[in-house]
This record gives sequence, C-alpha cells and structure tokens, in this order.
Amino acid sequence: MKKIFTCIICPNGCEITAEVEGQELVSCFGSLCKRGEKYVKQELYDPRRNVATSVLVENGDALLVSVRLTNAVPKAKIFDVMNEIKKVHLIAPVIIGQVIIRNVLDLNSDVIATRKVAVKSK
Amino acid sequence: MTIKKDVVIVGGGPAGLAAAISLYKQGVEDIVIIEREKQLGGILRQCIHDGFGLTRFKQTLSGPEYSQKFIDLVKELKIECVTDATVIEITPEKKVVAISKLGLLVYQAKAIVLAMGCRERTRGAISIPGSRPAGIYSAGVAQSYINLYNTMVGQEVVILGSGDIGMIMARRMTLEGAKVKAVFEIQPYPSGLPRNIEQCLNDYNIPLYLSHTVTNIKGHSRLEGVTVAKVDEHLHPISGTERDYACDTLILSVGLIPENELSMGCGIKLDGRTKGPLVDDYYQTNIAGIFAAGNVLQVHDLVDFVSAEAEALAASVVEYIKKCRLTPAAINIIADADIGYTVPQKVSGEKDFQISLRVKRPLKNCEISVIQAGTAIKSIKLQKAIPAEMIKIRLTKSDLISIDDLKVVVK
Repeated sequence: MKKIFTCIICPNGCEITAEVEGQELVSCFGSLCKRGEKYVKQELYDPRRNVATSVLVENGDALLVSVRLTNAVPKAKIFDVMNEIKKVHLIAPVIIGQVIIRNVLDLNSDVIATRKVAVKSK
Repeated sequence: MTIKKDVVIVGGGPAGLAAAISLYKQGVEDIVIIEREKQLGGILRQCIHDGFGLTRFKQTLSGPEYSQKFIDLVKELKIECVTDATVIEITPEKKVVAISKLGLLVYQAKAIVLAMGCRERTRGAISIPGSRPAGIYSAGVAQSYINLYNTMVGQEVVILGSGDIGMIMARRMTLEGAKVKAVFEIQPYPSGLPRNIEQCLNDYNIPLYLSHTVTNIKGHSRLEGVTVAKVDEHLHPISGTERDYACDTLILSVGLIPENELSMGCGIKLDGRTKGPLVDDYYQTNIAGIFAAGNVLQVHDLVDFVSAEAEALAASVVEYIKKCRLTPAAINIIADADIGYTVPQKVSGEKDFQISLRVKRPLKNCEISVIQAGTAIKSIKLQKAIPAEMIKIRLTKSDLISIDDLKVVVK
C-alpha cells in the first residue's frame, strides 16, 4: 500500500512516498536526506513528538518558564506528559537547561527549562 | 545632548542581535542596540515551541534558547543595549531619536541598521464583516497571552489563515485543553510550512479547509460564532456554501507585514511586494548608510536565515564605515510572473550575493534560472516550490557576464 508522509524533522518538510505492507516499510522515496527514511520507519512503528509548554514560577521576573522535552515521547503519551508538567510549580531563579522533571513517566525524557527566570527585584 | 556612535541598531530581536555581534567581531565596537521592549530577544521570547537553530546549531531549540545564545554573547562582548526605549525618528543624516525612561535620547550615527522585524495583519486589514466582540486575536497576540502572561484566550477556537504561527497556536491551545474546530485558508494552498500542517494540525485531527474564508462574525460582548464560506477562483465567497461554527475565539493568522513606519518617515523607498525597503546586495537602502535585514526587510520562515542575513548585512556596514561609501548598484533584478519578489532588488556586481525569493503558487519539478543578456548564468532545479518556503540562489561575482539587468524566471 502506498502512503504519503510529510517529514517533520527539518523545515524542508519533504513529502515522502512510502510503500508499506502491514507495518513493514518496503521502500520509500522523495526525501532530500537519509533522515527521511528513519522518520518514516519511526512513524510506522512508534511515532514520537516533543512537547513544548510552560510552568508557573513564583517570585520571578516572569510568570512562566517555558519548558520542553530532551527526547521525543510516544504520540499517545503527549497529554499524559502535559498533565505531569501542569503539576509543577517552581520558585525563581530558574536557568536554561534546568531539569524540571527527570525521566517523566519513565519515558526516557527529561522536562527542561528553556528560558531563565531571575528573582523578582524588590 | 547628541551621542555619537558608529552604528545604531534599531531593534534587539534576532536580526539586531546577530548584526551587533557580527559588527563587534569585525572591529566595529562603537555600537548600540535600541529595543522598545524591556528585554532583548524580540518575538522569539514567546515562541516556546522547538524547531529553531537546526541550520545554525544543528539542534532543535525553542525560541528563548536560540535568542539567549545571542543575548549571552552580546552581554559577554559588553555591547551597549538600551531597552525600554522606542525610536521615534530616523533621519537621512543618520540621526536617531528615541524616547526612554532616561528621557529623550538623540544619536548621531555613521550608519544605521534597521532591524525592527514585522507585525501581524489584523481583522481590519482583511475587512471581515460582522460585530466587534471580544475573543478575536491575531495568532501572535494569543501566543503572548498564553506563553508570557499565563492567560488562556478561549475554549472553542476557529482559526482563519494557515500561517505558521496560527498552526502552532492550534497545537498550543489544544495542549492547554481548548477545542480547535478547524483552520480555514482563503487561498487554494496552505501559507505555512508542510511540517506544521503535519505536527500541529494532523497530529491533533484539526481539519484544514483550503479555499474557505470567514464571512461573518457574531456575538455582542463575547464572540459567539463565525460564518464560513467557500471561495471561488477570484477568492470571492460562493453564496449557498455558508456554514456556521459556534466558537468563543477566532485566531487570525493572515500574514505578516514588515514594520517600516520609521523607514518611511526617513524617506526610505519600500518594495510594494515585500513591504520592506528596496535594497542592494549590501543590504543598503536608497539612503546611503542605512541598511536593513531580517523581517523588516522580508518576512522569513526561519530565524536561522534572519541571523545569517543580519551577518551578511554587518559585513557591508563594516565596509561602509571604512570607506564611507559603497559601489552603487545599477543591475536590477526583475522577477517573472510566477515569482512573488526578490531580495535584493538590485546588485552592484562587485561582490558575491544571494537572491532570496518566493514563488507565487505551488510548483512541482521546476527550474529557477537567473538570466543575464539572454544567458542563464545560474539555475537550480527543485522537486517542489511552495509560497511558504523562501528559496535562495547564491551567485558569485564571476557568474555575472555583463552589466545588464538580471531576470529571474521559473519554468
């Protein structure tokens, strides 16, 4: 069966035509680089995504600190991860790269801060 | 009191930051960045999604992480930054006037870098009829409410326009528990990148309807719903195709406009197609010593390219500061009907350069050629070319065979 994929790995967004039997990838073409085939395989067997959101911070010069995952997680777990992140409240200061949740839901991915928040000046 | 500077940079977003660092590293150290917000970073501060920096840093960063790399470098180099200061006037004599908490600041520069970025088109710009309730936001405004001010904008959402920020906000609002009912695009093709259709809409089963637009807005104090209709090939709504969608929020992602009021006040000529200044291969405007790069020049898809453009500009500014003049550009670049615009619009022929352009409609298996005196001096073949993706063609000085104008054609 022929299936069309849009690669999301980089902004080229290659349109990849794949020949698929069941869940097996038989062949594919249309990507500008070899990451395309890897992406198609990942999509067939275990589609994964990163999640970017934010967490409340107390006593900071900003209300929120933006966060993301260090590794993509299974697509079906996105909302579970969101719920875990929503439980967190931080106290300033926060630095970029600070681990907010280590190994979230045992998915082999950390939630890290992507901006710094300094302590609110009095 | 007038403060003398070699270069005044207007805007502390990605273009201004990259220009400043590059100028400093090339020995032009007497510079200042003027930024109207309290912090540096520009629009990247609110772009918390990932995907930035793939070209430049070979990793996928969020907007704040990408901009912090430049901010840290600006701080490390001790480049002067004046934040919370709004430039109100630029003159052809290179005077820059700003208002700030410190009072009026007047600079006399040898060169000015325009790095003001762009702003969003609004409901007024696209003239949607109907009432004027609360609940209608441009995508970037909704993004700042949610990502910077912890304020959710609504629960039942319709999005007009398939720009990248609109699609990114469709995903963001879905993650925050809102129901995004659909995205409507008036053109027969999407205006954002394919990867965002995939990861922001398809992943969350949000439908995208092409050749559709909003024809009415209903509600008194708060938005209650919108009417949507199909459009014909002239983009006119087709009567009888109207459908009503109940919603409390309408997000507009209908295009970005380079922010050039200061430029116009200074007599800088703009390109009617890009809405940015007309520039040559030095990124110099029609006024000698005033340069432009980033979204104020042309709206980019990727910040990596904004940074690169600002660095190319910096090299020209360094040359200008040394020589006090640059070779005038007399070779025009003329685009054919399938090409929306080119930047630059003319070149000097004295240096290597890059032409940025966009096609006007989606094309497959096409060839884009640069023609001079009847000869194709450079051609690139593309499997696909879409309006959402900026295309770049690099030319060297030696590619040019005469001083005739360049034509850029697609076939």
